[in-house]
Amino acid sequence: MTMVLKRGEDVADQVHRPVPLLNVDQLCIDIGARNASVRIVDKVSFTLGKGERVALVGESGSGKSVTAQALMRLNPRVRLSGRVDFDGADLLQLSAGQMAALRGSRIGMVFQDPMSSLDPLMTIGDQVAETLRIRGIGRQEARRRALEVLDELKVERAVERLESYPHEFSGGMRQRVVLAMALVGEPDLLIADEPTTALDVRVQERVLDLLDEISRRRGLAVLLITHDMGIVAGFADRVMVMYSGRIVEENEAAQLFREPQHPYTRGLLEAVPRADRTVDRLPSINGAPPLPSSRPKGCHFHPRCDRATGVCSAETPGETFTPLGGRVRCHLYGAG
Amino acid sequence: MLQIDHISKSFSTGRDKRTVVLDDIALEIHAGQSIGLVGESGSGKSTIIRCALGLMKPDTGNVRYGGIDVHRSGRADMLAFRREVQLVFQDPYASLNPRMTVEELVGEGLLVHKLDGSASGRRRRVVEMLEMVGLGEEALGRYPRSFSGGQRQRIAIARALVIRPQLLICDEPVSALDVSVQAQVINLLQDMQRELNLGILFVAHDLAVVRHLCSTIAVLERGKIVERGTRGDIFDNPQHPYTRSLLAAVPIPDPAVGQARRAKRQLAL
Repeated sequence: MTMVLKRGEDVADQVHRPVPLLNVDQLCIDIGARNASVRIVDKVSFTLGKGERVALVGESGSGKSVTAQALMRLNPRVRLSGRVDFDGADLLQLSAGQMAALRGSRIGMVFQDPMSSLDPLMTIGDQVAETLRIRGIGRQEARRRALEVLDELKVERAVERLESYPHEFSGGMRQRVVLAMALVGEPDLLIADEPTTALDVRVQERVLDLLDEISRRRGLAVLLITHDMGIVAGFADRVMVMYSGRIVEENEAAQLFREPQHPYTRGLLEAVPRADRTVDRLPSINGAPPLPSSRPKGCHFHPRCDRATGVCSAETPGETFTPLGGRVRCHLYGAG
Repeated sequence: MLQIDHISKSFSTGRDKRTVVLDDIALEIHAGQSIGLVGESGSGKSTIIRCALGLMKPDTGNVRYGGIDVHRSGRADMLAFRREVQLVFQDPYASLNPRMTVEELVGEGLLVHKLDGSASGRRRRVVEMLEMVGLGEEALGRYPRSFSGGQRQRIAIARALVIRPQLLICDEPVSALDVSVQAQVINLLQDMQRELNLGILFVAHDLAVVRHLCSTIAVLERGKIVERGTRGDIFDNPQHPYTRSLLAAVPIPDPAVGQARRAKRQLAL
């Protein structure tokens, strides 16, 4: 508890009530040689409470996936700075061995393409049980728990399927297997990076329902990384919008969709065509997101923003708390 | 204009086994009409496109364009067919030759179809086209690699439209693009369709995009068109259970809708 109190001035802490499980403070990610390095993620701070479902939304190149990988320290080619406190320890300071022990046991992770996470030559049963076997759990016990988690994910005829290979499964079933691998160690936090992007809509809905159910039952915190505002709306309690390496807005999901504050969030929500209404013309945002190597000075969104003023191209906006309970990084808000 | 007349196609999948990929598909596209063909992966969308373009021969049925039978015509007729019917692909990174400049890429159709003999005339048409899709003359000498995904898709659209086709077949043209860029390309396709009175066959899995762009929609389930109708029919009053299940699963960017749906599904279990 003392740790939380010490960071009283931390912006993210003021916003959210649940006991923080994960506290990311001023995380920066740099890539490339030291004399020619590019900052791809710039001072990202957020917290994630126990059992909370938070979405990190952004377009390609926004830095959402590198952020997720950084939390797990999966990408050795980047330099990380800042703090990532998980249950009292700074993950960025742990040894490689300590970090490896956390992966799969306390923090699980799933990626977009299930086939890239699965070994084609290993049975499903062995792959799901592997996380447990590595930690010295006996064969029988590991198998029993693998079966349990496959059942939890509603994989039919799970006993037979333990002996199947990934190629015998459909895309949706594979993603359930990958989820089972991530969940079998009973983690407190699941990081899911575009887990349903490769799936058809009906399968996607099923997988998200399962994830929703399990997260509620187990009190599992989920950090969902996606580009799809529709998925965010159906799943997340809270949303963080990332643009060009920075979190530009955060709020409770209901509030963010009702009254988006940042011009980017607003533009994004308006630009998404919807299956439940017809408009004659989609409002669109001009231009395209900048490459990490050629991001503009000041607010990274200013060249595309129709409300930009002089200050936007000169100074990086700080974070402002809004009366709506969220935070926003935009010069339109707050007195400097 | 384009008439897909009851085509069927099956593939051999092992000894004495055939998998039916297309089952009696009939579809007509008229000038200036935008038709959406939606279906999940494996529903046969790509096979329909291949058959419609004459790249693959259906087992039964035929595809006609004007007086041309796409699968039984000679070279001259097919050349004419290819001038009138153009394609835009899903992946603008794969569909543009990286070694060709934008001028060469967009102007290629003019050369192939001998539509403009002089280099200066061709350049004029290319520049005109580039301006129409929101790129300028300065794009001429550049290569695809220096453009973003959305800009590349504009180049691909310019390349398809420069020879003034009657019909544009779009295979998931915006699904590889970022959300903030998608709307630009959707709007461009809409403008082009209206300004040039183009027929568009828009093949996609994304019902929201199809709703926005197409006045008539056909729903494809495992090789069969299970429902077709106007935008209003399909979206506001779907009849087939498959159409309904697809519509119920499309994520809607509104938390209230998401919660209501989930509650309904849990109740159904």
